[in-house]
Amino acid sequence: MTQPYRLSAGGRIDRARTLTFSFDGKRYTGHPGDTLASALLANGVHLVGRSFKYHRPRGILTAGGEEPNALVGVGRDDAHFTPNLRATQVELYDGLTSESQNRAPSLERDYGAINDVFWRFFPAGFYYKTFMWPRKAWTKFFEPRIREMAGLGRSPQTPDAARYAQRFAHCDVLVVGAGPAGLAAALAAAKTGARVILCDEQSEAGGSLLAEPDAQIDGLPAAEWLKTALAQLAAYPQVKLLTRTTAFGYFPHNMIGLAQALTDHEGERSDAQPRGRLWQVRAKRVVIAAGAIERPLVFPDNDRPGIMLAEAARIYLERYGVLPGRRALIFTAHDGAYRTALALHRAGCAIAGIVDLRPNAGGPWVAAAQKAGLAIYPASTIATTDGRLRITGATIKPIAGGSGQRVSCDTLLMSGGFTPSVHLFSQSRGKLVFDATLDAFLPGAPAEACSVAGSAAGVPSLAEVLASGAEAGAAAAGGSAVSYQVTNAPVAQGGFIGAVPYHGDPGSVRAFLDYQNDVTAKDIALAMREGMKSVEHVKRFTTNGMATDQGKLSNMNALGIMSPVLGKPVPAIGTTTFRMPYTPVPFGYFAGYARGELFEPERRTAIHSWAEAQGAVFEDVSLWKRARYFPRGSEDMHKAVARECRAVRNGVGIFDASTLGKIEVVGPDAAEFLNRMYINAWTKLQPGKLRYGILLREDGFVIDDGVIGRITDTRFHVTTTTGGAARVLTMMEDYLQTEFPELNVWLTSTTEQYAVIAVQGPMARKVVAPLITGADISAEALPHMSMVECKIAGVPARLFRVSFTGELGFEINVPADYGRAVWEALMASGKPYDITPYGTETMHVLRAEKGYIIVGQETDGTVTPDDVGYAGMIGKAKPDFVGKRALARKAFAEQTNRKQLVGLLTDDPTLVLDEGAHIVADPAQPKPMTMLGHITSSYWSETLGRSVALALLRDGRARTGEQLYVPLATGNARVSVVAPVFYDPEGTRLNG
Amino acid sequence: MQRYSALALIKQSLNGHKGWKPQWRDPEPKSSYDVIIIGGGGHGLGAAYYLAKKHGIRNVAVLEKGWIGGGNTGRNTTIIRSNYLFDESAALYDHALQMWEGLSQDLNYNVMFSQRGVLMVAHNVHDEQSFKRHVYANRLNGVDNEWLTPEQAKAFCPPLNIAPGMRHAVTGAALQRRAGTARHDAVAWGYARGADALGVDIIQNCEVTGIERDATGRVTGVQTTRGRIGARKIGVSAAGSTSLVMEMAGLRMPLESYPLQALVSEPVKPIFPCVVMSNTIHAYISQSDKGELVIGAGTDSYVSYSQRGALHIPMHTLEAICELFPIFRRMRMMRNWGGIVDVTPDRSPILGKTPVPGLYVNCGWGTGGFKATPGSADLLAYTIAKDEPHPINAPFNLERFGAGRLIDEAAAAAVAH
Repeated sequence: MTQPYRLSAGGRIDRARTLTFSFDGKRYTGHPGDTLASALLANGVHLVGRSFKYHRPRGILTAGGEEPNALVGVGRDDAHFTPNLRATQVELYDGLTSESQNRAPSLERDYGAINDVFWRFFPAGFYYKTFMWPRKAWTKFFEPRIREMAGLGRSPQTPDAARYAQRFAHCDVLVVGAGPAGLAAALAAAKTGARVILCDEQSEAGGSLLAEPDAQIDGLPAAEWLKTALAQLAAYPQVKLLTRTTAFGYFPHNMIGLAQALTDHEGERSDAQPRGRLWQVRAKRVVIAAGAIERPLVFPDNDRPGIMLAEAARIYLERYGVLPGRRALIFTAHDGAYRTALALHRAGCAIAGIVDLRPNAGGPWVAAAQKAGLAIYPASTIATTDGRLRITGATIKPIAGGSGQRVSCDTLLMSGGFTPSVHLFSQSRGKLVFDATLDAFLPGAPAEACSVAGSAAGVPSLAEVLASGAEAGAAAAGGSAVSYQVTNAPVAQGGFIGAVPYHGDPGSVRAFLDYQNDVTAKDIALAMREGMKSVEHVKRFTTNGMATDQGKLSNMNALGIMSPVLGKPVPAIGTTTFRMPYTPVPFGYFAGYARGELFEPERRTAIHSWAEAQGAVFEDVSLWKRARYFPRGSEDMHKAVARECRAVRNGVGIFDASTLGKIEVVGPDAAEFLNRMYINAWTKLQPGKLRYGILLREDGFVIDDGVIGRITDTRFHVTTTTGGAARVLTMMEDYLQTEFPELNVWLTSTTEQYAVIAVQGPMARKVVAPLITGADISAEALPHMSMVECKIAGVPARLFRVSFTGELGFEINVPADYGRAVWEALMASGKPYDITPYGTETMHVLRAEKGYIIVGQETDGTVTPDDVGYAGMIGKAKPDFVGKRALARKAFAEQTNRKQLVGLLTDDPTLVLDEGAHIVADPAQPKPMTMLGHITSSYWSETLGRSVALALLRDGRARTGEQLYVPLATGNARVSVVAPVFYDPEGTRLNG
Repeated sequence: MQRYSALALIKQSLNGHKGWKPQWRDPEPKSSYDVIIIGGGGHGLGAAYYLAKKHGIRNVAVLEKGWIGGGNTGRNTTIIRSNYLFDESAALYDHALQMWEGLSQDLNYNVMFSQRGVLMVAHNVHDEQSFKRHVYANRLNGVDNEWLTPEQAKAFCPPLNIAPGMRHAVTGAALQRRAGTARHDAVAWGYARGADALGVDIIQNCEVTGIERDATGRVTGVQTTRGRIGARKIGVSAAGSTSLVMEMAGLRMPLESYPLQALVSEPVKPIFPCVVMSNTIHAYISQSDKGELVIGAGTDSYVSYSQRGALHIPMHTLEAICELFPIFRRMRMMRNWGGIVDVTPDRSPILGKTPVPGLYVNCGWGTGGFKATPGSADLLAYTIAKDEPHPINAPFNLERFGAGRLIDEAAAAAVAH
């Protein structure tokens, strides 16, 4: 297992240790410091993937996060598997298992490549023009086949084994990118004492300095300078350097999202360690030093394995000690590729020639290549390449015309110049300005407190990169910049956007822009021919820039092709919008800790643990867990609820009502505030009395209800529905702060401060009374709908005489910490009366027998107080309350055909209607049927020995006595309309 | 119009695809039109198409401030369904769904309407009550919708996590099989091509800056960044910008505009067969024909005209997705974006006449406008042509807010007690 393309010396890899890894089942070796891509190249493997549409064989194109081709699946098992990872970013570890994608059965022999044979039939957007007949065939036949062909890697099928972390941070200066500009910026900022966070997506800081053997900074070789710079930064306690950390998104008000990979590089050895961490960093100033991305050249057959970007090849050589091939042909419009040629030449790789689009390129790098005797073809282009699974040669042609010359090579290294990484800057809504000399969009006026330094700002030479970084860092922290002396780093210039000149019929060849999505220059031309003149239309029609690299390599070339055809300069065409994330971020990072129990954490009452110990079955009500019923022995819900209902009606039951929302409304204007919020009148309610309140929205519909107690003149204990607690408090605060700022009122949520225990049934007083001190709770002293402050079992309590069951009842509010103790005291006190705990299901049945509504069940946001028969509660004398004006609107005033709350009794007393079923007069009518209303609540009433239902029915109150139908899945049920009170309509039991 | 077909594609393939014609022209605006539609999204382009096709009104221009289909038409998660509760809504959305079923053939443009089914999962008793109410109402209205047990739901959508121990366990699901997804860009382009072929002028990069009215108050034309254009009638179909446009005619609309975000994963081989929505844990997901998981949720909390939102919204969305589909936790977000949705007080659209003679409005679709595109376009065209609403859109008038005849679908999906 040798690495035939690995040099014996040089680079930042650790040759002393050998790592074993596999790709498509085949075993290879590499070294610490390698990426999967550099290790594969060291083993001579260029063919690593197949493209999306044509299944073209593809090789490693880049050395970074912009890689479109070398996408692989990595992971030791399905629970640790991730598809679509860029091999250029996967750090090598021992035992790494990887696979290629989008091929069957193998990379070398892929059935999908049939598409490549018939490529002429699959131009951009072909699917809009066909597959339309017969009508159903799209969903049933064509689409499934297209879906099979699409997609790249395979999704894991096993739940993720990893954990994820999240953190917030604040800093004075966030520097994105730890290349020379970012390091200079961080050093300058740190010197002022500023809190600095410096992040970089790579495994080590340094950026371009990691592949810089020539330049000297302040008299030190670049690599040595890097060491000292990092040591200086490490000495500042207020500086944090985060490697393997990508600044993926720029959000309003200088909030930056960072994705920090923690264990991927060592193969996620322990699932106990978080795999990654999402940072939300709020920075006073941001310095973006994200570098630049080299552009491919767009020429026919520019996509064969072995074709790479020139700078990427130099990085593989200098940083990883790997040769991309034995005989390299260079194709360029930028001086940087000459540097690559010279470096490869020095390392022993034959240079088949340097083909330069420019007629008279000059400068130090070109001169050096000439001096080295490398063959240079100025004003020339490459007309085609050959080789199936690896490039074997290319044909060079003068741009002016003439015959081509084929040269053989095993790698072709290209450079169209560099595109500054303006992604984050543009995400922040900073304006981009086109620089015609650089053929690049550069950062212009910022929209946030940020600046851009180094190659990301289009700065060309290392000296200027360091200077711009130092200046940006100093400015961000209010310090002064230091200057750096740089030698032996000549500037490299040039660049080209668009498709290179081609002499033949451009429709007969494929010159790729977007490698992954197989978008070619002729696709861009086709889109424009079909009338797509906006860059967004071209993108969406051709899918250019929509692959996983999001156009990092392709967007500028597309603009270069569009510009001459449309006769518009590039800036007049504009760019597509840059969006987060800069590179893909796992969902798990965003979800973070929020999983399982921590995904919307459960809310539990003080009595929860008692109910759990009793074997209660719980239901979710908003975020709360509520005991639904308490089965004994083998009881099912029906039997348990029947028993619980009997106990409350005949003896006594106990119920945990702690989840009800509670708001303490306090202040001299508390009563006036409630007058303006609720429909009811509150002024005359005496301290010590309770009233059932209804709250409307501004549009007149019921949004919440609850019993409200007046504790003193200036203090009310307001209860809300369980789900409405937060909503009602927010609504009250909203009105208090924006509509009634003159009112002197304070609102405090007390939902979790009180445990609430309902004791209900004819024996309730006998259970409660012995525990009470400081109050008389006799029927005379504490009638229905009154309250008293007292002690129960020695605990201070607000004791409400109130009932949601129709029986004599108390609701006891005690500090939550004492909730369970008081509950147990009541259980003990109730033992002689066989006190029975009951759950929400029994509560629902008992209240339905009484016709008490539940907001959200009998109401649905379209129901007025009158609809549910509560119009009488409206405080008529009040000048205003929320929703009053709406109730006077035409549709309500006419009062015709509104749905009103009624009771329904089925002909068959054993039939329990489905909640949500609808009511019709004639079940035989054709569809769409005229629906008169729907069932809101439906239960078996143990008390009455039959089923009962509540419904909202059009003109319901006028229909009492009518017989109607409820179509069910099992047939049509006939029902009679009755008043919505089935039990004790006089309310005598309440007052017992 | 140049017909599209497999045969045409083959013929062009042999000719290097040199014979394809522009799908729509790029005309200079004329001095006046019978009808101007403001807003070149699917709704506006469709309205122009149906004005020309069904009502013979061909002297029509669609004015678009940017590029056609660049607003919510090109930003939504492409879910199409009609399982709405109220009769008025069911009629409106099912009208659209029926039109979707023949849209590719009508336009001779494959909009890739894929009836892969929309599954709305229930997590608690309240969800079940609400969804069953929808199922019952839909069935009596002739709209398909059926109730599934958790096991049936999983059989329909194998990646669904129905483990009982989940924080919000799946207790059942409502399934509309006729529902599905479509290719959003193709809808805009297909309508543009069809309308253009019938003589409609589609004018891009033309922002309306004013609405002109005569002494009687009737509209007479618009001022634009490309000059004044006369019009006898104006239809406004500008989604998130509707309130701004209507203000030019002196109308204050009952609308609030919010950012709505969506995101896609990197593409993977087919893994997700349908659309799944969960109201309780706030997320929905499908897989595109390219292989990306397409994910969305609710709007941002604050009103804004900016087409981006806050990070915590997609974070919460992905928490929910990972909880329902833990196999996707390692999938990676490839792109996130935002659009601006215009929301009415009752979350139902406004589609009809306005107090200004000659001015018609189609707006307030909130987070769900894409699914209605053909129906809404058809009804807007009808309303403009006849100067009166079609019976289907009559209830969705502007006056209902003053009168109190709300069609409150959001409230109908109420929240847990």
